[in-house]
Amino acid sequence: MDGPPGNANLLPVLPVLIPLIAAALSLLAWRSLAIQRGLGLAGAVGLLASAVTLLVEVERGPILVLQVGAWPAPFGISFVVDRFGAVMTVLAGVVGVATFVFSMGSVDARRQRLLYHPLLCVLLAGVCGAFLTGDLFNLYVWFEVLLMSSFALLALGGGVLQVEGAIKYVTLNLLSSALFLIATGLVYGALGTLNMADIALKVRAGDSPEAVVAVSVLLMTAFGIKAAAFPLFFWLPASYHTPPFAVSAIFAGLLTKVGVYALVRSFTLMFVAESEFTHAILLVAAGLTMAVGVLGAASQREFRKVLSFHIVSQIGYMIMGLALFTPLAIAGTIFYVIHHIVVKANLFFIAGIADRLRGTSSLVHAGRTSLYAKAPFVSALFVVAAFSLAGMPPLSGFFAKFVLLKAGVEAKSWTIVATAAAVGLLTLFSMTKIWAEAFWKAPDPADAPIDRTRSPKPPARGMIGTCTALAAITVLIGIFAGPVFEFSQRAAEQLLDGEQYIRAVLGEQALARLETGGETSGSLRIADGTTAEIGGPR
Amino acid sequence: MKNVLLQTATRYLLPLLLLFSVVIFLQGHNKPGGGFIAGLIAAAAFSLHALAFDAASTRRLLRVDLRSLIGIGLTLAIASAALPLAFGRTFFSGLWTSIGGDPATGDPGLKIGTPLFFDLGVYLLVVGIAMLLVLTLLEPAGPTYEGPADESEGDAA
Repeated sequence: MDGPPGNANLLPVLPVLIPLIAAALSLLAWRSLAIQRGLGLAGAVGLLASAVTLLVEVERGPILVLQVGAWPAPFGISFVVDRFGAVMTVLAGVVGVATFVFSMGSVDARRQRLLYHPLLCVLLAGVCGAFLTGDLFNLYVWFEVLLMSSFALLALGGGVLQVEGAIKYVTLNLLSSALFLIATGLVYGALGTLNMADIALKVRAGDSPEAVVAVSVLLMTAFGIKAAAFPLFFWLPASYHTPPFAVSAIFAGLLTKVGVYALVRSFTLMFVAESEFTHAILLVAAGLTMAVGVLGAASQREFRKVLSFHIVSQIGYMIMGLALFTPLAIAGTIFYVIHHIVVKANLFFIAGIADRLRGTSSLVHAGRTSLYAKAPFVSALFVVAAFSLAGMPPLSGFFAKFVLLKAGVEAKSWTIVATAAAVGLLTLFSMTKIWAEAFWKAPDPADAPIDRTRSPKPPARGMIGTCTALAAITVLIGIFAGPVFEFSQRAAEQLLDGEQYIRAVLGEQALARLETGGETSGSLRIADGTTAEIGGPR
Repeated sequence: MKNVLLQTATRYLLPLLLLFSVVIFLQGHNKPGGGFIAGLIAAAAFSLHALAFDAASTRRLLRVDLRSLIGIGLTLAIASAALPLAFGRTFFSGLWTSIGGDPATGDPGLKIGTPLFFDLGVYLLVVGIAMLLVLTLLEPAGPTYEGPADESEGDAA
């Protein structure tokens, strides 16, 4: 159960360790911006490489587990990598590398000197830690790690606007963290364990008190806030349009998805005892999140604010798949997350380029010449990302929405299917609005922008390169929708097969207890057995 | 704000508080304490100094740049977590050795292990971050920046 000793089983923590090492070294090299940039990029590339290795490993074999410090589960902290966790880590790596490359050309040197690169590395480490940990309290710790660095990145070097956005962001996220921590304490009180596999085992064995259902709803609220789900989503559009575009992009791509990940992990692995009740709440929240998000976007007139409301709307789709809770629906959620992270980060990057070229992000005051005439390639990149977001075939978003709608039809949840379809149309409307206002129109020269504080300038080469690469990934997901979907199905099956996860973490004996019926002290005895097997940490 | 009473008291309190943080740090292995709390106590001691005197003199007192301190702390913590790998043990395992132990008399001697260095890393990290926050808030603000979030100038490209 402990796997091969030494280096061989270091793999599950590498996506966390590599960016942390990069952060530590670039803090030591605070005098040199060039070294920090290099280390940051190297950290993100290393993270991506280790994540891809992990994905290949879990795709071929069973779930990978590392018992940190050789403390046996459920007493120590387990790092557990299944297909879903691995693919999320890969996406974090992709967005991480993209952000570092894009930052080089777009974030001003003054900001970069304020420990910008170490903060990004710590953010990535936190995100990956959340994706890979198999312990509820450790998940809380990684949430805090990524939140602390996101607080700093959001406010970094900013004026009034940025600080105002940061205050809203910090307040609601602290509230969510407090709820998460309280719920974690209650779970420990009710079940006597925080190891996710052990929680899953106890819930499945039927010896969890009724109160656990209530606690799981508390956790749902906490994760829902992080994921920006209805009704507590308003911190997101209030803050995401203020920091530099690179920071917005990594936030938009990754942070809310950590909330979605936590929801999916909790309500497929752990809290499935009363799934009719909990998933019904999720379904209502999903529908409202979709609808409110897209309606909010329709009323906005700033590039990144429109995109921010669309994040909220898209989160609804992901939660919809989780709420329907069929293998197909979960596969749809996974496909949607894969598609969404790439597209959303790319849209924010493109917003950065468009802002550069036009000198403003407002959709009312467009530049003097049409952006489409001035920069046709950038416009084409936007079209790929925007149409994919809206779900136009043959781009990735179409397949993601199609799978979810199909799952909805199969589950006969007509209301959510109708909502999802209508929201898809409204998304297209919003994207068309950005296209028309920001890219197509060449308005009257008299209509000069009032908030123009800088003159338009050409984007750096790295910025265009980043967006091109991400757009290529979007197109590739569309072309290879079949294999990606099959992978999502395998990942979904793994998620729904909680016994596989429990076996990987706690060993075969744990499941034997499950079959003989619940015993409260079951996992304690298992743990004693494994202690003798492995030997204590000293 | 110069206050003779506070400054004089701080001169005596600072070493005592730092000593207290070391005690809390060392007892943390088996009792409440450890690197995190001890780091906060040390940071509180330095904050007192910064309040009694000013941020600049506290920076001089600390000698090492706070960014380096954070970096050293994080590096030390990661290194002590990764060291067991070199001995074929799992990541984060505790490696222990003892100095001056005598098996004949059963004297365990002074036990030293990687958890101690991990905690020391945490200690430095906490002192670094807490002091960076406190000193930044105490220092007069730099030129305020009201421009747009994305500005590209200088060596940005």
